[in-house]
Amino acid sequence: MDIALFIEKAAIILVVFGITMLIALYSTFGERIFASYFQDRLGPNRAGPGGILQPLADGVKMFTKEDFIPDTPNKFLFIFGPFLFMTTALVTSSVIPWGDTLNLFGRSIVLQAADINVAVLFVFGVVSIGVYGIMLGGWASNNKFSLLGAVRASSQMISYEVAMGLSIIAVLMLTGTLSLRSIVQQQHGFIDWSGSIPWFSWNVFKQPIAFMVFLICAFAETNRTPFDLPECESELVGGYHTEYSSMKLGFYLFAEYINMFISSALIAIIFFGGFNYPGMDWASGHIGGNVATLLGVGVMFAKTLFGIFFYMWVRWTVPRFRYDQLMNLGWKVLIPLSIANIVVTGAVILLTGK
Amino acid sequence: MTTEFKSISLSGRKKDVSNKDMTFMEKLYLPAIAKGMGITLRHFFKPKVTIQYPEVKREFSPVYRGRHILMRDENGAERCTACGLCALSCPAEAITMTSGERKKGEENLYREEKYASTYEINMLRCIFCGLCEEACPKEAIFLTQDMPPADYQREGFIYGKEKLVMKNEQ
Repeated sequence: MDIALFIEKAAIILVVFGITMLIALYSTFGERIFASYFQDRLGPNRAGPGGILQPLADGVKMFTKEDFIPDTPNKFLFIFGPFLFMTTALVTSSVIPWGDTLNLFGRSIVLQAADINVAVLFVFGVVSIGVYGIMLGGWASNNKFSLLGAVRASSQMISYEVAMGLSIIAVLMLTGTLSLRSIVQQQHGFIDWSGSIPWFSWNVFKQPIAFMVFLICAFAETNRTPFDLPECESELVGGYHTEYSSMKLGFYLFAEYINMFISSALIAIIFFGGFNYPGMDWASGHIGGNVATLLGVGVMFAKTLFGIFFYMWVRWTVPRFRYDQLMNLGWKVLIPLSIANIVVTGAVILLTGK
Repeated sequence: MTTEFKSISLSGRKKDVSNKDMTFMEKLYLPAIAKGMGITLRHFFKPKVTIQYPEVKREFSPVYRGRHILMRDENGAERCTACGLCALSCPAEAITMTSGERKKGEENLYREEKYASTYEINMLRCIFCGLCEEACPKEAIFLTQDMPPADYQREGFIYGKEKLVMKNEQ
């Protein structure tokens, strides 16, 4: 492997890691600010100008709390749980294409840590491992309420993973590839003029039902309201992280925000065209390729950040589901809907022959 | 029997609840969620109701009854004559006082021959009803606009003359 490629990839990985952490850090702050704005309040605005240092204060608080480990026979698993949850949350960002290619120093740099051809499968696989983080944490706590919370959380995540996987199949039938980069490149520009009828090139306009199902499942997967039964801050015991304190609890909460960021990025890539934006061909022709690429990166992050905002927006609008309603929605509505969507998509592909 | 009870409404405000089936659009839930999100978004841009406390303070109403003050007259002499009507009127029995006699040369300190040598209000007992203010024949005690501050000890809430008497402007 040539050394320049190694440096380039290492730089991308470091930058992506840094940006992911930074965005997750400020998501916690954003959540509190947006929450208060939705409730006609002002929110935290005392730490630094406009409260900009609040995440740091929260972090220092988390680190300096007593790190309590309950009397459990599984001390290793107790520590391993949050570690696993955090790792799986971070690993997913490696296959996400953040931008098109940059031409620097005579090299074309692909703004992606790893372009693997089974990226969608990889994401789903890693996300499924995340369930173990919750399950291990709840089980190793040696506390029946934590165990119940963990079971509740993992059964919810597993149920919604089915509907999520099925909804994405309809999209994959259209794209014919599992590589996230190819999926983005197929959604080039905004309007596709090549067909007999010009139509929007982004997948959300081709597969609106798959998008809705995927979106709802993404909420359930990241344990966000209205599907935040694993935590239920206001009603039930803390759930799987009841026994956790200090930074181990911080890891669980922080990983949730990373998950939120990654899933918004995935939604942006699969359904909203990733780094594509209207007029990108004009931009690359008139302003320059690198500028157009950087604009694309900006657009990608704008879409992702709007996704995070949307998560928070929904959180302060929709009340929490009851557990049976949650299971009803997952198994009796979303799964049949996505299967029907697959059948219809297949029929259309068969009839139109493309 | 049940049909007879149905229309009875003691308050006159009873609403008949219907359990009619939801239409297809209602079963979708998504239009309702979109509507709800519109409402929350409207609140996002609304002016905020928060009062940023240490910098900004909420205006009290003009009749607000806060901590007490013992007034001085225009010459700076204390108005209170220790008649005890405030203590008598106090429903919470928060006020105690002892009276003293004015000596020669103290005319600038006390307005009349009799004055309160000690005057204590227990702020933990006080219910801020303002009856002392109403009972006072000498217009000596008033309830002001500010609140008694917090303290760590109960003793700190028994306010003596040093805290109650109006500061001399000189």
